[in-house]
Amino acid sequence: MLGWLQNLGRSGIGFFENVGHAHMFLLQALRGIPYCLRNPYLLTAQIYSVGVLSMPIILISGLTVGMVLGLQMYNTLTDFGAEESLGPVVALSLVRELGPVLSALLFSGRAGSALTAEIGLMKATEQLAGMEMMAVDPMKRVIVPRLLAGIISLPLLVAIFSAVGIIGSYFIGVGLLGVDAGAFWSQMTAKVDFHDDIFNGFLKSLVFGVVATWIAVFEGYDSVPTTAGVSRATTRTVVHTAFAVLGLDFVLTALMFGEV
Amino acid sequence: MEYPELQIQAGQSPAFEGDRAAETRAADGEDILVKIRGLHFAHGARVILDSVDIDIHRGEVTTIMGPSGTGKTTLLRLIGGQFLPDAGTVEVDGQNVPTLSRSDLYELRKRMGMMFQTGALFTDLSVFENVAFPLREHTGLPENVIRDLVLIKLQAVGLRGAKSLMPAELSGGMSRRVALARAIALDPMMIMYDEPFTGQDPITVGVIMQLIRRINQYMGLTSIIVSHDVAEVSAISDRIYLISEGKVMEQGSPAELQKSPSKWAQQFLQGKPDGPVPFHYPAMPFADELMASE
Repeated sequence: MLGWLQNLGRSGIGFFENVGHAHMFLLQALRGIPYCLRNPYLLTAQIYSVGVLSMPIILISGLTVGMVLGLQMYNTLTDFGAEESLGPVVALSLVRELGPVLSALLFSGRAGSALTAEIGLMKATEQLAGMEMMAVDPMKRVIVPRLLAGIISLPLLVAIFSAVGIIGSYFIGVGLLGVDAGAFWSQMTAKVDFHDDIFNGFLKSLVFGVVATWIAVFEGYDSVPTTAGVSRATTRTVVHTAFAVLGLDFVLTALMFGEV
Repeated sequence: MEYPELQIQAGQSPAFEGDRAAETRAADGEDILVKIRGLHFAHGARVILDSVDIDIHRGEVTTIMGPSGTGKTTLLRLIGGQFLPDAGTVEVDGQNVPTLSRSDLYELRKRMGMMFQTGALFTDLSVFENVAFPLREHTGLPENVIRDLVLIKLQAVGLRGAKSLMPAELSGGMSRRVALARAIALDPMMIMYDEPFTGQDPITVGVIMQLIRRINQYMGLTSIIVSHDVAEVSAISDRIYLISEGKVMEQGSPAELQKSPSKWAQQFLQGKPDGPVPFHYPAMPFADELMASE
């Protein structure tokens, strides 16, 4: 009985130690932002690696999610004779929720895990230690460009996801199912508000970008420098990011769109 | 294995034209570049280094030897300021490393070079870019000057022709030579070598030995080698420290250590399987255990 309690207590203390460690890591990283801005080539290289190379999965996923959303929503809306509202329903779903959340999860799976693995392997092969001994701060040179690249890239990827999703639902709704094109776009324009919907969706994507990239670079930097250690860190990145994104999504949705 | 062409007499290095190390010693006398006093370092409950005193003399090749897991690499990390000791001082060129601010520590590190056991080359940069890295980070030199300096450093290690290769295309020995070229890129005052001979074929070992000795002498450096390859380090070292269980067991020139009366030192230097470090792990008498099983 006591052993179980002790283990629970130890796990709890370990969890909070880890959270504290992650916050100290983030504070150290923020100090390195001026260095990164003085060396913009570091940032642009990472934006390409993290953002541009994530485009294929974002485009394909956005298109298919939009198409499925169009199909499902049409089936439900026809029961109420409201199939002309397909446009705003799809747009609001994507811009407010599906775009930020699904993009963050896909980003974590593709780019986040790659960041963790890359940084973990650099640690395991003593590249980070070598950089330190050459009087170059690996936090400024390696971590901060990747962190900023993720924060910049994810909102852009979310915008692309939502846009492509709307196009996908247009193809299905208007092209296949016979919804009026004028009604599709005019109702969307009327019902989707820039501040309440698009801006709030952008804020969500920014928060998810910070969280997803922060977790990815921290897990890589903090990983045990062995093959198994890097593998476990990569898994933790995807799992912890999923928990964080879904949890934060509930909190942000309640604050932005709920009556809380 | 013996290396007669590199044999040195006790306490002396071969002096010849271009021997800047000899000039350094003549100018500074018996100057101590790295002074370690009362160094204590523990990892959790396990004591790694226990009140260690070590002097690294300017211009010399000093080797730290000992069994695996005895804290040799930890000692290099403490000298480089990557670890902080629990007690004691680590003075490098008159500065106490553990008390330095981050910026002062980084300034000191620009004057140190380190060759890691794995080479620690940046895998996304070519050989040329790896050697140019510290020059680009810390000097404002134009690209044409950096190019010439990189070629000079690669020429010194015999790899100028490999400048366009990526680290994945290099053999283990070539990786270490590129790492050495990178370590001397900023013309440091000292270089630390972490197990430079481990896992290398005899030819590569010979090449690395030559490079360590010649670079130390031609550039007037101070070298600290961590290794347990007795024959190799005996041929190129001016001074050797034997460490075991966190303490300095013996110290002296290679010739002095060969005559050491310490049985532990003789077992280690000659590679004897049994002695003060027993062959058998502690257990009850064999006959008693066999009888007990009947």
